[in-house]
Amino acid sequence: MAVITYREALRQAIDEEMARDERVFLIGEEVAEYNGAYKVSQGLLDKYGAARVVDTPITEEGFTGLGIGAAMAGLRPIVEWMTFNFSLMAYDQVVNNAAKMRYMSGGQLSIPIVIRGPNGPAEYLGAQHSQALQSIYAHIPGLKVIAPATPYDAKGLLKTAIRDDNPVLFLEGEMMYAWKGEVPEEEYLIPLGQAEIKRKGKDITLVTYSKPLKLVQEAARELEAMGVDAEIVDLRSIRPLDEETVYNSVKKTNRCIVIDESWPFASVGSHVAWLISRNCFDLLDAPVELIASEDVPMPYNHKLELEAQPSIKKIVDAVKNALYL
Amino acid sequence: MGGNIDINKYDRLFLTKLLRDMLLIRRFEEKSAQMYGLQKIGGFCHLYIGQEAVATGSIAALDLTRDYVLTAYRDHGHALACGMNPNEIMAELFGRITGTSRGKGGSMHLFDAKKHMYGGNGIVGGHIPVASGVAFKIKYNKETGVVLCFFGDGAIHQGAFHESLNLAKIWNLPIIYICENNQYGMGTSFHRVSSVSDFSIMGSSYGIPGRQVDGMNVLEVYQEVKGVADLARSTGSPSFLEIKTYRYKGHSMSDPGKYRTKEELEAYRQQDPILIFKTALENTAILTEEEYVEMDKECKDISEAAARFAEESEEPASETLYQDILA
Repeated sequence: MAVITYREALRQAIDEEMARDERVFLIGEEVAEYNGAYKVSQGLLDKYGAARVVDTPITEEGFTGLGIGAAMAGLRPIVEWMTFNFSLMAYDQVVNNAAKMRYMSGGQLSIPIVIRGPNGPAEYLGAQHSQALQSIYAHIPGLKVIAPATPYDAKGLLKTAIRDDNPVLFLEGEMMYAWKGEVPEEEYLIPLGQAEIKRKGKDITLVTYSKPLKLVQEAARELEAMGVDAEIVDLRSIRPLDEETVYNSVKKTNRCIVIDESWPFASVGSHVAWLISRNCFDLLDAPVELIASEDVPMPYNHKLELEAQPSIKKIVDAVKNALYL
Repeated sequence: MGGNIDINKYDRLFLTKLLRDMLLIRRFEEKSAQMYGLQKIGGFCHLYIGQEAVATGSIAALDLTRDYVLTAYRDHGHALACGMNPNEIMAELFGRITGTSRGKGGSMHLFDAKKHMYGGNGIVGGHIPVASGVAFKIKYNKETGVVLCFFGDGAIHQGAFHESLNLAKIWNLPIIYICENNQYGMGTSFHRVSSVSDFSIMGSSYGIPGRQVDGMNVLEVYQEVKGVADLARSTGSPSFLEIKTYRYKGHSMSDPGKYRTKEELEAYRQQDPILIFKTALENTAILTEEEYVEMDKECKDISEAAARFAEESEEPASETLYQDILA
């Protein structure tokens, strides 16, 4: 099997879906002539031309709304946000139009749009460029929210998202683009709404998604050396959420830590932690813990930046607490 | 009629249909107001009374098999002008399952996908980028349609308007942006909040030609929109029209309209687009008073029947709460 980067996996997904369906087009800042701010769209302009790989001015509200209108009318846009931090300019379009047109029209219209880009902290970028904003999208009925953490998941999920007739927010990560992983040559799709066990274990369940997955996997290796066998559930899909896989794991291990790099107040992680606490109450031998980023804007100083985020130490300490070690 | 409008070059059926379409909107809106007073309609209800010539004249210039209409929340007139069923519109206002959106949308969210009436939007200016996207689709597919995007004087200062015009110009989108300037954004006279009073020049910041149009003159509206629609069809160029109009009622049913003088309202009542056009048709012997009375009765009957249909329709079942969210 080929080993490719997360970036290349996304590029392949977009390329294959654009080849498969003429209605699919890519639009966003720097996606065409610059080959993508993060080079996800490398080579696509040369292959498909400027009508289908469209550079925009810096007008997130305008081009996101335009994508929504094009989707309503029958095209299948992929809108790229240079980062989800800039998506706030377009939040009204996503929440009041993309998420609601179908409902408000009594089912007459659908909005087959994918809006994708990096989400969450990278490094040294400061408060306005480091936000993990999944919760403000996951909160909204009418949207789907997907967050792959491996090249394999990225490609399979993006292809499915592009074929989905609903608005899908697709969360990537600047630091994940260079991550490598095995991806089959043959075509494959991963359904939305399916979590995956990334590591089987019996002592404790670690629930996570997106960039923190790698951190959680490293924490699991440290825990293994300490004699703790952790099971890792990678949600992959935030909305729709695969509750069954999570509960089945907690049924087995009786303890759970949720790791989510956004802030703790009203986050995806806090919601998932509550769901587990409520639905697995009788199965739990310890309270569900949430490892989130510190409830602060992201500082520029790198030492502080790392202290603000989930870390292996925070995860291991939480696991020890849950196991009363 | 204005100097450059030659009523004689239009055939009788076309002209009488224009009048009838305006009259239907007027009577339907009066019926809606009555139903709102009886609490059959709840929430926000924005009446189109006084502005009938704008939707009627504009949409008469379209071919809805290939063209599209988007507007804001004062959408009953546009819905009727697009040929949507009055029974189903009224049922939607009543929130019944037989409504155009199965009771899910209400007054501000009238849609008819088949007739290319893409709403109906409650966020001021929020639909303007969406309309631009529909035009993008037309260009992408190399179709020959155009998009009419209606919005009010209250919307023209939203960033979404400016971003959309820029995009329409750089990509040559076949869209006509129509500002229905009824002179008040809710309770605020547009003069108080606009750095320029002649909105038609606002397109020029984006290289988009603009004109002011007399929105009380249905034929002038028709001619102007037809002209820019033909231009959009043949060259793909976007245009901007400021159509000056007036609403005889408040912003919505809950607005007593204290920000306008009686004198101003009375002066504009003398410019009723329906009476102006009726007079023009009678003067050119295209219509008799008897025919007008007959036409008016028909429109009143349709509106009355719509209210009856809505009243007799079922509420949506509770199960429908979770339907129509995802495809």
